[in-house]
Amino acid sequence: MEMVLRQFDYWATTYRRTWRGSVVSTFVMPLFYLLGMGVGLGTFVDDRSRSELPGAVSYLEFIGPGLLATMVMMTAVFESTYPVYGNIKWAKVYESMLATPLTVGHVLNGHLLYVAFRVATMSVVFVVVLTGFGVVDSVAGGLAAVAVAVLIGMAHATPVFAYSAKIDSDDGFAPLFRLGLLPMFLFSGAFFPTENLPDGIEWLAYAMPVWHGVEVCRDVTLGMVDWTADVGHLAYLVTWVVVGWALARWSFGNRLAEGT
Amino acid sequence: MSEAATEPEPVAGGDVDGPMILATGLRKRYGRLEAVCGIDVRVERGEAFGFLGPNGAGKSSTMRMVGAVSPVSAGELRILGMDPATDGPRIRARLGVCPQLDTLDMEISVRENLTVYGRYFGMSRAECARRADELLSFVQLTDKADGKVEELSGGMKRRLSIARSLINSPDVLLLDEPTTGLDPQARHLVWERLFRLKQRGVTLVLTTHYMDEAEQLCDRLVVMDKGLIVAEGSPADLIRAHSTREVTELRFGVGEHEDVAREVKDLADRVEVLPDRVLLYTDDGEAAAVAVHERGLQPTSVLVRRSTLEDVFLRLTGRTLVD
Repeated sequence: MEMVLRQFDYWATTYRRTWRGSVVSTFVMPLFYLLGMGVGLGTFVDDRSRSELPGAVSYLEFIGPGLLATMVMMTAVFESTYPVYGNIKWAKVYESMLATPLTVGHVLNGHLLYVAFRVATMSVVFVVVLTGFGVVDSVAGGLAAVAVAVLIGMAHATPVFAYSAKIDSDDGFAPLFRLGLLPMFLFSGAFFPTENLPDGIEWLAYAMPVWHGVEVCRDVTLGMVDWTADVGHLAYLVTWVVVGWALARWSFGNRLAEGT
Repeated sequence: MSEAATEPEPVAGGDVDGPMILATGLRKRYGRLEAVCGIDVRVERGEAFGFLGPNGAGKSSTMRMVGAVSPVSAGELRILGMDPATDGPRIRARLGVCPQLDTLDMEISVRENLTVYGRYFGMSRAECARRADELLSFVQLTDKADGKVEELSGGMKRRLSIARSLINSPDVLLLDEPTTGLDPQARHLVWERLFRLKQRGVTLVLTTHYMDEAEQLCDRLVVMDKGLIVAEGSPADLIRAHSTREVTELRFGVGEHEDVAREVKDLADRVEVLPDRVLLYTDDGEAAAVAVHERGLQPTSVLVRRSTLEDVFLRLTGRTLVD
């Protein structure tokens, strides 16, 4: 861990350059989404189907935690694409780090930790905004939501790190965003219950880590924890982190130790 | 201009008794391609050692193995007496690496590039700051300390790379093509700094495809071609062993060089034909030039010069270094 923390000054220096812009967008984005979809669309939805939403919650309450989970996924994926690819191919940041006592594992974990930090800060802001809309049931629930959000972030960041270190051209990101990220966002269960999806797509949604993240986020935020189901969701997310990390480690090793 | 610059601290002696780098039968394969095909290298403490060869000769692959970054495919390699397969981090802690393409961070300041880097070696913030100022002064970039890296010229960036590679006071400094792509003035400035390091007793290992660079900086060098070492020695030794003292270069019209070569064959120890000129290898270049004119040949230009490593390379491989 000491070796990973040796990178702290680097990432802190990088963050100092960008944090102002990112704080504004992480605050403004949930605000707009919650106003537009939660309040605007919600008023329309609640009139006809309130009783049909699980737990008979309002649409704002339904969509708020779901938005947190999907926004975290988006941020984690973006932070794991160009920044990783650029550090390999353009800025060669990793290469310069690997000429020091740091190893591939240290460099990978250092960058992942930075992504976790980014996800955590945006989640805190998001949860504060959610609290403002009266969606968060308790302080404990809010804190749990942040913790779950970081787990969701890592479940997506690790496999995308592996992917970004594997591709030979940044053209590889277009299919990832269009065929991976966009359907995951729409079919995550954040905006409508996944049962409303056609059967095939419904099962695909259950295979995606983000759906599990949406479910747990909603349960902890609204104070409706179902221990059996939620522990299962968390275990599934942890599995993605573990497998994703192993893939990322393998991918980084191939790419960085052989110097291409 | 160099008098004002402060010197970096003398390099720590280290605890290595034997050679700094020792390679036996060293090989590097990438899939089916073999970039390094079995080389023996020995670099002693305080030596300036060079790998000379054209692009694709296997120099950079060798450097990456010596830098304990790229795994050895076959053969034995010891750096500072340690095995890179098991002691990579400990070896890298005592190396300085200046890569062929600058890997500086464009988005942080010149000085931050050094202070952040020192932290990777486990140095304290105070030590990083002190060392950064010292090194910025050494590479004459003190007045650029707070500027962005992208505002620096190519030569300044290279000097900053060298400064960064010295942040941990390394026992061995590895430089991959240290002046490739720089203009002549910037090259001389880099050479002058490297020469100072050499005087301080830093072991330098560099690759280059410039013969003048190898002659300027290297006590000893190996000539590499197609993954193998084809000659080894000091620049003077190599020239003595593989070339004559002087060379007379004759230029004629396009396509005439083959015929001319036949006519002047007996005037030199050896004659080489290049696309744009004929080279006469002889110990007395002036005499050869006079003899050519006496035969009624009218070259468009005549140049008499001393033999260089370029001639050694041409002799050993039949090719020029820079195409």
